[in-house]
Amino acid sequence: MSTTIDEDPLEELSEADAFRGERRRQITNVFVHAVLILVMVATVAVLAWVLVYVAGQGLKYLGPEFLTQTPPGNPSQPGGGFLNGIIGSLIVTGIATVLSMPVGIAAAIYLVEYGGQLARVTRFLTDILVGVPTIVTGALVYAMWVVFFGFSGIAGGIALGLVMLPLVIRSTEEMLRLVPRELREASFALGATKAGTIMSIVLPTASSGIVTGIMLAFARAMGETAPLLLTALGNDLFIELNPTKRMSTLSLQIFGNAITGYKAAQARAWAGALTLVALVLLFTVAARWIASRTSVGRGRVTEPRA
Amino acid sequence: MFLRNMTITVGVAIVAASLTGCGSTSGDGAASGAQQNIAGQICGQRGTANPEYSRTIPKIDGGATSLSGAGSTFVAPVMSVWAKNYSQSDGVQVAYQPIGSGGGVQQIVAGTVDFGASDTPMKDSELRAAKFGPILHIPLTLGAVVPTYNVKGVQTGLKFDGDTLGKIFAGKITKWNDPALVALNSGANLPDQPIAVAHRSDGSGTTAVWTDFLTKESPTWVQALGGSDRSFGKDIAWPVGIGGKGNEGVSGVINQTDGSIGYVELAYALAQNLNYGVVKNKVGNFIQPCVATITAGTQGIAYPPDLRVSLTDGPDPHAYPITGTTYALVDQNQTDPAKAKALVNFFSWTLSAGQDDAASVNYAPLGKDLQGLAMGMVQKITLNGGPVAK
Amino acid sequence: MTAEVLAPHDTSERSSDGEFTDGLFARLTAAAALTVIAVLVATAVFLLIRAWLALSHYGPLSFFHARWAPSEAVATSSQPNPYGIVQFIYGTVVTSLVAMVIAVPVAIAVALYITNLSPAVLRRPLSSLVDLLAAIPSVVYGFWGVFALIPALGPIGRGLTSVSGIPVIGWLLQGPFFGYSVFAAGVVLAIMVLPIVTAICREVFDTAPRAEKEAALAFGATKWEMLRLAVLPRSRSGIFGAAILGLGRAFGETIAVTMLIGNNVLTIPHGIMRAGSTMPSVIANEFTEANQPFHLDSLFVVAFGLLLLSLLVNMIGKRIVGRVSEHIA
Repeated sequence: MSTTIDEDPLEELSEADAFRGERRRQITNVFVHAVLILVMVATVAVLAWVLVYVAGQGLKYLGPEFLTQTPPGNPSQPGGGFLNGIIGSLIVTGIATVLSMPVGIAAAIYLVEYGGQLARVTRFLTDILVGVPTIVTGALVYAMWVVFFGFSGIAGGIALGLVMLPLVIRSTEEMLRLVPRELREASFALGATKAGTIMSIVLPTASSGIVTGIMLAFARAMGETAPLLLTALGNDLFIELNPTKRMSTLSLQIFGNAITGYKAAQARAWAGALTLVALVLLFTVAARWIASRTSVGRGRVTEPRA
Repeated sequence: MFLRNMTITVGVAIVAASLTGCGSTSGDGAASGAQQNIAGQICGQRGTANPEYSRTIPKIDGGATSLSGAGSTFVAPVMSVWAKNYSQSDGVQVAYQPIGSGGGVQQIVAGTVDFGASDTPMKDSELRAAKFGPILHIPLTLGAVVPTYNVKGVQTGLKFDGDTLGKIFAGKITKWNDPALVALNSGANLPDQPIAVAHRSDGSGTTAVWTDFLTKESPTWVQALGGSDRSFGKDIAWPVGIGGKGNEGVSGVINQTDGSIGYVELAYALAQNLNYGVVKNKVGNFIQPCVATITAGTQGIAYPPDLRVSLTDGPDPHAYPITGTTYALVDQNQTDPAKAKALVNFFSWTLSAGQDDAASVNYAPLGKDLQGLAMGMVQKITLNGGPVAK
Repeated sequence: MTAEVLAPHDTSERSSDGEFTDGLFARLTAAAALTVIAVLVATAVFLLIRAWLALSHYGPLSFFHARWAPSEAVATSSQPNPYGIVQFIYGTVVTSLVAMVIAVPVAIAVALYITNLSPAVLRRPLSSLVDLLAAIPSVVYGFWGVFALIPALGPIGRGLTSVSGIPVIGWLLQGPFFGYSVFAAGVVLAIMVLPIVTAICREVFDTAPRAEKEAALAFGATKWEMLRLAVLPRSRSGIFGAAILGLGRAFGETIAVTMLIGNNVLTIPHGIMRAGSTMPSVIANEFTEANQPFHLDSLFVVAFGLLLLSLLVNMIGKRIVGRVSEHIA
């Protein structure tokens, strides 16, 4: 039941009716306002609930011991920490970044600076790649890599790299587009090659935006668990620095400890969850802050919306 | 050493005391009261807690400094103690990933780990699929699978028999105050509450031991699953219930869910102060699971040469009927000298010094016969054709 | 904003070295672009190759029944197929629908508030707060879900299951409710997809022409009537697209769902208050120990199906939303 704007809702009504109608409309208006505000508050409240709960549980145990030690041999014992998971997270996500960064930036350069049929197809498929469930990515890396080379940090890195790749491409593409055309034209006018222009002018101008995009993708990858279940497998007790071996990550360790019934393991898992959330939020907020501070970033900063 | 023994004594005494306390309130008649007390007394004795076996295969030099294993969560508590102690005594890091017996079998068959661990022997079809030749089964320790539950107002020590458990897990008994349960536990305050069944979602040797027992004792269970080849094994098509990952996962579900019942290895129930029940054994006694009754569970069982055997429903009057062992699964024909030596060293250690660690986490050490046979298995490991252990 | 492809104007002054670098550079970046295509192709191919082992053994159509019983698989026989996957499709779709039923109205409300009703100074902070929900890792949501959400849902769940008298709704809501359930998984999914649905709705509402909004107000409409007249009607397809995209996102969610859904894989659960499983959760749970005959290959069938399903939904969603604004999602 919608009225068009041409109709005067007050036509053909008696004054009393008009007054009642007016009252009704105002009440409805206030009511809807109230509902919307309520829903808004409720949403923020849920966010607060999650963060406060995780912080509350995590702070009970988070401390230097947690960050510098490995778990005790017997999971029911209190004490120890997730050092092996933290290190593993950094290694695996680091490998993922090293793999996805050059490929992603290069692909984005192609999309923006060269164009053409290949670019159109790639852009379309990049958006598709964002929608692939991460567990499927894990299954792919299992079938493609793990069956030949075993469970390893590298396999985990490849899986996370595939998760990061479309995000890096999208954010880099946006940043490159924001570089003013005039800069490129000026560079060509001075006799620079296309490659030279891109490397010396365009990329540096967009660099802070690209970096923030990578930081956001990094934060996203650090929080992933599902693909690692099938590729890195986890290593509960010991620090593993060799990426060709099985490795734990913070997310895997949280998962493994959270589903146990041991109070001590759960305490460690909460501390781990708080650490992970803090790390992810730190990266996310830092990335947005950097973006807001630079000229290119101020154009438009959107996180890879995946 | 003294501290550890003290802890065992105190711990077992507390459990026994709470159970005998329970026994007096559940007054099922003088006969079962006496049966409870026998079990309590048995569990109060320290029995064969520290067998102190000698390491008949001396340590071999030149072994690798790390080993990777995966499999049973049943054995995980004792395996993690072993890993820590072994790394301190011999300097070798054993990385063990508890992913369930099914995973352990899969990994050793594919050759992606140095050893697997499974609470149930590998099937013939699984052995045939092994990529690297025959696989040895080396028993490591003995444990008990216990029915564990979380019901407000019901204490530990509830009495179960195999058929009742079978009906619960088949979804035929759905309320805690079902007549069958009340008949077994007339003194307990069983509420009119639905039963939430918890089971394993991963391929589990614990499940295999549990369902082995149910298959032997509960025709209802066998029928509900469609035959005895389907009612027993690591993977079960569970008719009802919530799935948890690993022994820890099941105990997690039990902890969180009022009115739940599941099955876990004894160490998990004790470590988390979960209530667990006593089970009727073959002779007819209700037996509390503990180190002594686990050991009794293996009395009178004949071992085949490849040591693949079922340990449930033992004939001993004090036997706990749902007893199992975890086998280490090792490729018999090794090709990497460092790995081969490391494996022999690790298992000769676990079968000797390691057995003294078992009781501290409520597993029973292997009995003398089984330990000797297990050592014999370790000696069968070969390196490029020749034996590793001299 | 489409960037024109720019190239240097006068080629005669560039050295041949420069041309060589240019050519190399162009080829390198093109190769990078090709990797995206290669990855997608590889995904489909590798999954299909593994899945084909099971599909060819049992026949593709035989997977469309609702009984998953790997323990009954026999290597030599191909009938009956113990790997029925319908209950996973059911679980995936139903948990996501529960999530959308909760998330879409909330997203519309929040987006309306942020774009039209909130004080301008609050716009950015509120958007950021909602987006923050997306930054929390899935495993943390699952952990929080088990210990904070499920106990809180207890009374609600028990209340819902008590209405089982009514015909259709009664079947949906039948108990007993033990916490771990399709419903609990759906609620946490709703929280997880809220940010993306809200963000798209925000952009959709922002495209409503100012002139129309002001005209409505000038005619004496209340703020709500203005929204109803000038903003919502034209946003219908955008909202629908947002819902579809949120659905696609919910389809692929694994860890939080696995921790809350109860992992009942045997068959379709009766109603949403019972334990179930989804396509991602069964893969995550059974993958590393699938050693029954064709078990792992059947999990690849599930993975391939999940890939197709989420790609389909995402493409449909993009189609709808893409028409509204090029910049979204």
